Amino acid sequence: MEGETSQVIFYLLSFVIIVSAIYVVTLRNIFHSALFLILTLFGVAGIYILLHAEFLAAVQVLIYVGAISVLIIFAIMLTSQLANKEIKQSNEQVTVAIFVCAGFLMASLGSLANTVWKLTENPLPEDNTLTIGRLLMNEFVLPFEVVSVVLLAALIGAVVLARKEGA
Amino acid sequence: MLQYLALAAILFAIGIFGVLTRRNAVGILMSLELMFNAVNINLVTFNKYINPDNLTGQIFAIFVVVVAAAEAVVGLAIVLLLYRNWRGIDVDRINIMKW
Repeated sequence: MEGETSQVIFYLLSFVIIVSAIYVVTLRNIFHSALFLILTLFGVAGIYILLHAEFLAAVQVLIYVGAISVLIIFAIMLTSQLANKEIKQSNEQVTVAIFVCAGFLMASLGSLANTVWKLTENPLPEDNTLTIGRLLMNEFVLPFEVVSVVLLAALIGAVVLARKEGA
Repeated sequence: MLQYLALAAILFAIGIFGVLTRRNAVGILMSLELMFNAVNINLVTFNKYINPDNLTGQIFAIFVVVVAAAEAVVGLAIVLLLYRNWRGIDVDRINIMKW
């Protein structure tokens, strides 16, 4: 999927991602923001497929779209009885924040344009997912196990934090 | 390649804007997810265009996704706890650790 087709797809996906990301940070209704966050995450999964990272795209859809967004929507549902839709959702730093973001964007885009990249023409391995599985079980087996301990710690931590006192 | 990196930079900037301006703690967590995604796009892009011979970038991106999931779980548990104790999750009202 090289050439013009992927260019067109890339620009469509970027448009979707950027517009819905802007909605995520600006909409007043936090529930609508969460729905636009799901759209953004889907767009990023499409970008992964354009970059030949099929396994990562599947992980993105399963974990982000499937799990994290459901978790966020749960949190919104459990906390929003008091959240009046008329309440302002942004604080008084909007102008400052716009300047900070514009500055960050200028700096990063400028450094992107001025860097000399050591590009290679080598293609990625055809059997991406197979290679990732082999790497995770051989070279990266220690971080793989450590990350499972991290997940266990997060699980226990969430249970301890969220349970009622004395229960 | 530059287009992917530019997209990631724009996404990260939008995430910064959200973190700086949202009052709702859940909104801040959602902006954080946007920033994680921008970082992941960068990792995968560098993997494809600079070092395609091994897939270290994609492995890193997988670990970032897992840690982001753990962060979201703990963060949302803290949000629920705040809601129970303060009856609201606006971060500008939660300032007992400020002196």
